[in-house]
Amino acid sequence: MISFDFEYYKPSTLNEAVQLFYTLQIQKKRPIYFSGGTEIITLGRLNLVTPGAVIDIHDIPECKVLQVDEHHLVMGAALTLTEIEKANVFPLLSKTASEVADHTARNKITLGGNICGKIFYREAVLPFLLTNSQVVIAGPSGIKRVPIQDVFYKQLRLQTGEFLVQIVTNRNDLSVPSVSIKKRRQWDTGYPLVTIAAMKTKEGIRTAFSGLCPFPFRSKQIEDDLNQPQLPLEARIEHAIHHLPTPILNDTEGTSEYRIFVFKNTLQEIFTALEGEEHAQ
Amino acid sequence: MHNDHMFQISATLDVNGEKRMATFRPADTLLYVLRNQLGLTGAKPGCLNGDCGACTINVDDMPMKSCLMLAIEAVGKKMTTIEGLDGTPIQKAFIEKFAFQCGYCTPGFIMNCHALLKQHPDATDEMIKEWLESNICRCTGYQEIAEAVKSVLTRYLSKNNQ
Amino acid sequence: MNIIGKSIYRKEALDKVSGKAKYTADEQSTDMLHVKMVISPYGHAKIEKIDTSEAQKVPGVRAILTGSPELPLIGEEIQDRPPIAVGKVRYYGEPVALVVADHPVLAKRAADLIKVAYKPLPVVNSPSEALKSDAPLVHEKLDTYQRTQGVYPEPNTNIANRTKIRKGNMEKGWLESDLIVEENFSFSPSDHAAMETRCAIAEIHRDGYVHITSSSQAPFMIKKWISRYFNIDLGKIVVNTPLVGGAYGGKASVQWEILAFLASKATGGRRVKLIYSREEDILTAPCHIGLDARVKLGCTRDGLLKAAEIVYLFDGGAYSDKSTDISRAGAVDCTGPYHIENVWCDSLCMYTNHPYATAFRGFSHSEVLFAFERTMDILAEKLGMDPLELRLKNAILPGHTTPTQVLLNNSNLGNLPKCIHRLKELINWDEKPIMEIDERKVRVKGVSCIWKTSTIDPDASSGVILTFNRDGSINLISGVVEIGTGTKTILAQILAERMKMSIDQIHVQMKVNTQTTPEHWKTVASRGTFMAGRAVLAAADDAIRQLKEIASCILRCSAEDLEVGFGRIFLRDDPKVGIDIKDVAYGYQYPNGNAIGGQVIARGNYILRHMTHLDPDTGAGQPGPEWTVGAQGVEIEFDKKDFTYRVIKAISVIDIGKVLNEKAAKGQVMGAMSMGLSFAGRETFIFDRYGRIQNSQLRTYRPIHYGENPEYIVDFVETPQLDAPYGARGIGEHGILGMPAALANSLSVAAGVSLNQLPLVPEFIWRRKKGAQNDFV
Repeated sequence: MISFDFEYYKPSTLNEAVQLFYTLQIQKKRPIYFSGGTEIITLGRLNLVTPGAVIDIHDIPECKVLQVDEHHLVMGAALTLTEIEKANVFPLLSKTASEVADHTARNKITLGGNICGKIFYREAVLPFLLTNSQVVIAGPSGIKRVPIQDVFYKQLRLQTGEFLVQIVTNRNDLSVPSVSIKKRRQWDTGYPLVTIAAMKTKEGIRTAFSGLCPFPFRSKQIEDDLNQPQLPLEARIEHAIHHLPTPILNDTEGTSEYRIFVFKNTLQEIFTALEGEEHAQ
Repeated sequence: MHNDHMFQISATLDVNGEKRMATFRPADTLLYVLRNQLGLTGAKPGCLNGDCGACTINVDDMPMKSCLMLAIEAVGKKMTTIEGLDGTPIQKAFIEKFAFQCGYCTPGFIMNCHALLKQHPDATDEMIKEWLESNICRCTGYQEIAEAVKSVLTRYLSKNNQ
Repeated sequence: MNIIGKSIYRKEALDKVSGKAKYTADEQSTDMLHVKMVISPYGHAKIEKIDTSEAQKVPGVRAILTGSPELPLIGEEIQDRPPIAVGKVRYYGEPVALVVADHPVLAKRAADLIKVAYKPLPVVNSPSEALKSDAPLVHEKLDTYQRTQGVYPEPNTNIANRTKIRKGNMEKGWLESDLIVEENFSFSPSDHAAMETRCAIAEIHRDGYVHITSSSQAPFMIKKWISRYFNIDLGKIVVNTPLVGGAYGGKASVQWEILAFLASKATGGRRVKLIYSREEDILTAPCHIGLDARVKLGCTRDGLLKAAEIVYLFDGGAYSDKSTDISRAGAVDCTGPYHIENVWCDSLCMYTNHPYATAFRGFSHSEVLFAFERTMDILAEKLGMDPLELRLKNAILPGHTTPTQVLLNNSNLGNLPKCIHRLKELINWDEKPIMEIDERKVRVKGVSCIWKTSTIDPDASSGVILTFNRDGSINLISGVVEIGTGTKTILAQILAERMKMSIDQIHVQMKVNTQTTPEHWKTVASRGTFMAGRAVLAAADDAIRQLKEIASCILRCSAEDLEVGFGRIFLRDDPKVGIDIKDVAYGYQYPNGNAIGGQVIARGNYILRHMTHLDPDTGAGQPGPEWTVGAQGVEIEFDKKDFTYRVIKAISVIDIGKVLNEKAAKGQVMGAMSMGLSFAGRETFIFDRYGRIQNSQLRTYRPIHYGENPEYIVDFVETPQLDAPYGARGIGEHGILGMPAALANSLSVAAGVSLNQLPLVPEFIWRRKKGAQNDFV
């Protein structure tokens, strides 16, 4: 159980939330934003996260938005993963999100919580890295909307007092051919060894990865390596491996060596699915 | 520091159709408050980490791991625990299909199945698997649980009525 | 009557589906204090200092306990374990301190403030490592420990016990062997992972009476050990056990109860509650034993086994407790169920810096069968013989002897050939052994034979009391704990059958209270049905005798002429003449008011017959009453490219003697099979080089989930065990026994490489294919 005490607040506007954070911060109450809260609870019971106050964002309407208009899809950070899967307006996101944790847990885990939490897989961010979405962030200096690649490097780089409000994606990107595959140590449950989300655009295939390293990433260099149609797929994958970031995870799910093996196979499966039969082994 | 007190609040929780008064800390989980304040010990602590599903209840008709929810988050929501179900087809099916042995995971499983059947009375095998993967049973091999759920699906019931 | 064989619903079924079923931690009272442990963060370290000063300042803290040489050393066979660590810690998770406070939050706050300074020591990280001559000693003072008879620790080593099997003439056996194979096997300790974590409540009254409630398989053992360790009269210890949320052997050892007792003692006898968190349940509580094994088998060119030479190094862990007994059981049935005249086995229980082991479903049998049944497959391959043919050819039969030289007959041994034949049918063995599904996937089958007897105290016994209600219904009171096996319901069926009564007229007391419930040794070893069932039958006969005695007065006839059944006591030759049980069970009242008879209180007990200790030099002896046998198989779908696989089907054919409750029996077998596949396919403790377990949560230590399981097919053969209730053999454990071997056998064929370690995860298969040696430390 969580043995320390914290105060609980549930503001109803963005402004209120930001103000609250500021005030609690001054009072040295170590505030933290609370979305799904699953990490705060599970890490809190181990004393790995010890806020003095939590600010629940669920009452803030902007955080629960799920809206498709002529040009964009807007998704609030406090949407649960099951709400997102059910609406299914962004199939790649639905697929990727549906492999995170288990169904009942996903009734609580939120988009914002998965992306901004401490657990480093953050698989829900992969589709947005591929679609070059924009993130809406609220903070002491107001509300800003910036391309995700400007603020996401291994994790969402938020200043103190800032929190993720929404993610905005181009409507055109929602129905692009895409694939998401998650590989685990054994069978169907557990943390990822490797998760790859990919989409096929006119320019080529975009790929984003989680589980391989202690952060999700998308790499231009790797995409260049993989999108060389004159080379056989295996050769392209070998090139890509040379440009992987470090470290490659080595943990109870699998060694780094084995992860590379799984990575290679999964990339082959991804490309076979998106490029057709030429790569089927 | 905060070691010299436990800050408590009072609130009303809507459980099994009853408005129940409770006093708890903001940091207390819903599981803890249900069990230790309201005497509803049907939801069980199996891991307190969201990994096993033994604490599953229904919140606004959705299955929820009550160890992953703060009690304070539950204020204003409608909760059903195993004690709130009486003579439902799924409970009967669990008995008839021998879908439990030690019984510890059973309330969590039944609550998950109950929510599933309410939302998807004719769920596919795939959907059943997706939902029930959330609960661990260490005694059975899940085969009887599968049979229990399937026996109350609309397609099975209508087949049997022909 | 035909209640035997019927799939009667569990007596406690409605309680379990309605949330009414109560387990130990569900009990709450306002007079309770709460205990929180501080556990060791090292696998092996000296405790330099424990500073509880900050912890003492937390309000609501009533006591803080640390280890002390004043406390007795405890352990079931060798008393080598301080209940709370003293001077050093020997495993990651060992209890180092206890905090007792008014509220669990306060107890945890205080526990988090206790500062312990450690000096890490070199770690013994496997049983093979423990055997090396330069290995650090886990127990320097091994020769000073008190121990029971029959256990043979070797001081100045890490050997806690050595059980020897010396049967026949090994030289002769090797000479007669045309073909010899020798293989090594290995797996680490793992976890029971019952859904209910361990919990104990303890209270000591001013008159010295100790009241304990525990989620235990062995409430009577708690009574015995607390009495012995702390010099308290047996009669002053009362242990309660309600329903238990899964145990599988893990709750047969006494640990958390002693901590709760000490916590109560430290607070002047206050009522205290200790619940293990999941992490503590995995780390602190005793675990499922690991094993390093070497098996050498010799056979003629026709495939007749002639010699077996076996070394088992069991990973007993930091303390011996039940580990030494497990290693003994591993020797008792050290081979598979085969006729082998010449057997040499040394089964060692090794001390390591791992959590100490306790009984785990199968009690060494799934472990040794993994090693042995893999070797059988390797031998079959070398012989060019079908794996089931080899097993059939060598199947142990009445007239043969076991490794401990027990002569087997039609009653104490089930029919293995029949099981094998039936397995062949169910698994479609005559189909192609490898079926190509496409260019990546193949379907392969793997098999294993199984057997097991129990190795429990030779004087183990079980008692039953029956009391009547005024309506003629019966209360069945037995010391068997309802841990999920459904045994309590089976006992009701046995009683209903004997009394020729409706099962609805039998009321079963689910809870056990050691003061009012007759003892059932421990709810382990698949001996509940046998021993308690015999006790039930004895009690039923006693009830019948008493009913007849009273009825004979009223009916003015000889008791010999009476029958009991259908709620009546009546003349055998003229059933119309009789009297209702309800008019007799509480005594009989004549019209004028005279009353005779009084309450019928029936009792029965059963004690194991002719069990002996094992000879220390040859292992000869009778450790158990019978050998249950079976044949199992799996069908897998294997991907040759990425080495992933699914188990499609899992099949068991077991000689159950007599099916008492078909659905319940199948449920037990399927559940055990699931556990075996989960263990073999995914479960293991992952230790770092400091002996620290890296996967102590259910998200990193993952039992099998819904949808990952195969289709289960279970069938039974019925060769009655003549001295068992209605001929029935126990069935609680057997489903697990052959699963690891069958899975490894199928995967070894599918992957084309010998897979002799567990768990069988794709990474392991990939490594083996890459050509790495089976790595042994």
